[in-house]
Amino acid sequence: MRFVSFSLNNRLTIAPEHLVNNPSLIAVPFSKLPSFSQPPLNPSFHFDKNLQHILHGKSLLFDELPFEVEKIHEHYENGYLMYSPGIHKTKYGYACSRCGNEKSRWFASFSCFRCKSDSCVYCRNCIMMGRVSECTPLLSWTGPEVEWSKANNLLWYGQLSSGQQAASQRFVDGVEGEGELLVWAVCGAGKTEVLFKGIEKALKLGLRVCIATPRTDVVLELAPRLKSVFPETLVASYYGGSDERDLPAQLVISTTHQLYRFKQAFNIMIVDEVDAFPYSYDKTLQHAVTQAVHPKHFTLYLSATPSNRMKRAAKQEVLPCVKISRRFHGHPLPVPKMVWSGEWRKRIAAKKLPAPFVMWVKKQAQSGRRAMIFVSSVSMLDTVTDIIKKHVSVIVDRVHAEDPKRKEKVEQFRQEKIQLLITTTILERGVTVPFLDVAVLGADHDVFSESALVQIAGRAGRSKDDHDGQVLFFHYGKSLSMVRAVKHIKHMNREDVT
Amino acid sequence: MSYCLNCHQSYMETWSWQAFLGLGIVPLLCQDCEGRLELIKGEICRICGRAFSLFPEQYRQGDCCFDCIRWEEDPTWNGVLQQNRSLYVYNDFLKEVIAKLKYRGDAEIVKAFYPVAKTSFRKISRNGLVIPIPLSEERHYKRGFNQAELLARGFSSQPALLLKRKTHEEKQSKKTREERLVQKENPFQVIDAEKLQGQNVLLVDDVYTTGSTLRYAAKVLLEAGAKQVSSITLAR
Repeated sequence: MRFVSFSLNNRLTIAPEHLVNNPSLIAVPFSKLPSFSQPPLNPSFHFDKNLQHILHGKSLLFDELPFEVEKIHEHYENGYLMYSPGIHKTKYGYACSRCGNEKSRWFASFSCFRCKSDSCVYCRNCIMMGRVSECTPLLSWTGPEVEWSKANNLLWYGQLSSGQQAASQRFVDGVEGEGELLVWAVCGAGKTEVLFKGIEKALKLGLRVCIATPRTDVVLELAPRLKSVFPETLVASYYGGSDERDLPAQLVISTTHQLYRFKQAFNIMIVDEVDAFPYSYDKTLQHAVTQAVHPKHFTLYLSATPSNRMKRAAKQEVLPCVKISRRFHGHPLPVPKMVWSGEWRKRIAAKKLPAPFVMWVKKQAQSGRRAMIFVSSVSMLDTVTDIIKKHVSVIVDRVHAEDPKRKEKVEQFRQEKIQLLITTTILERGVTVPFLDVAVLGADHDVFSESALVQIAGRAGRSKDDHDGQVLFFHYGKSLSMVRAVKHIKHMNREDVT
Repeated sequence: MSYCLNCHQSYMETWSWQAFLGLGIVPLLCQDCEGRLELIKGEICRICGRAFSLFPEQYRQGDCCFDCIRWEEDPTWNGVLQQNRSLYVYNDFLKEVIAKLKYRGDAEIVKAFYPVAKTSFRKISRNGLVIPIPLSEERHYKRGFNQAELLARGFSSQPALLLKRKTHEEKQSKKTREERLVQKENPFQVIDAEKLQGQNVLLVDDVYTTGSTLRYAAKVLLEAGAKQVSSITLAR
């Protein structure tokens, strides 16, 4: 949009063009404004509490705020709100102030009706959250901070295992200060419970807490749990399509993508599954985390399979680390069994399955236990599902990342309405189903990295009553990742219970 | 190596002499995204341009579909829209792409359709005025651009902006066919009737659904002096 600039009380001030009725002023796109200074805070101004709650700790566009431009600008004039450029020029190109993107191929320009410029540059990296362009300022709150409640009691009487207890204590000790901590916990260690005490302490100190995770599924699973254990606290979940984004929540459960919207908001940042795609991959998401935290903050990283870089940092004691090598039920992790099954690629191309795999599927169907079968690509999903259906008479279904019925199918699988679920690596994390076996068909394929295989194996034996699920890797020659994954699991099983 | 305009994945162009000599179409989408677009081919309805292969045989009469016959039987609409041609089938993938363009505001993505528009539809767009379906002032401001206008640039470097949308109505996509048809007042207005006199007009829009938007626009254009009006849309 266009702004005008004019001198008021010896200070250069700006305003959206349609709020000023003076034809002698020339309206220009926001990016073309001369440098202006922030108006001083007017203490006698009655600011809108609602606006404060929504905008505090965030960086939003005009379009994202449910307020009239007049009202927003009034807060600017009284020093309660700041306008800053959404896109700024760098030495080599552009940078997006919201997501930190600087890659030129992620920028494009268009003939903009709002600022009447022929080439208004915008960022395509974070377009899913509304367009940040050269002519759209980002708005942030500069007025008084929100006073967070201190009455936040934890309503949870569960028992922590000794490993969980140790990690929980480290977190509690860190909450008041600044710093980092890596909690390296095996799949099924009960990571969420480890967080409770530390979160309670932070909330009681009046601090703001965020749990960020790369995946929406996890947000949807965590939010209700945290709402029930912190009944007095306002908890909000942030994900694409969430309707809780305007709540002044002290405890936020968010996808890492949604963190683009926050700015210096959180004192405690918990990043779940730091090693998972897309977080580990996408620099702008890591930028989002650093933007979203308050200058004084404590960061907790959670992972079952930390990256080599993180492991090294932990070993060199650059990154404080605490390990939980036992599952909450105290039983060891099921160790994968490798089954040589010939040239599976050729067999599948010929619409057949390797014999050892067929034998296993038949046995599995008879046993009545559920199983997840992982394949290497979406294109293989349909073929494998169809062949399996010919061999067994139980209910078989498939699910992949872009399946519109993904949520329903996983739910049906949980409720035992599907016995065999064929999937790609998307379900390697987070899905917790008791009485489950897992198999990887073509485990030597490149997509199955060490961490993916460890995560897949971690689906089995999650419950106390069924701690010894089966894990099978069907392969045509062991890959390095397979060997490492097995070693990783055995190593974790050997570690002393700390 | 290039990056896909839609999914941003890197991909390798398939090598060919044609591409090397700059004769072929240079795709801007990766093979995966390109493959999910369905070009409209084969037998199509003479008027609205939809592929006969995609709907039940009983809704077809000769070389026309039932919907078009219904339009043509109505004396107010008979012959208003000469013909419509569309590039792609409005499948789930294209719906997603158009949503990203319109509702997220990713204007750049429209360029993915320029190569096809420039080559395959040259014959249709060559002679006549290319006029995009306008947006109302408010919606145009909100979106920052008019997707039909961006699309029209694929057919002509100089689209003629001769139409204006009078009122701010509810989005067409939120109305049923009946609701779209009962609106009495024509939402369009001609800006510069002089330039229209005796001209062949090619209207451009993103989606042809019931065809009522295009017919309303065609009607005011004919009344203002256009010789005949046909249309082209991205999706059908």
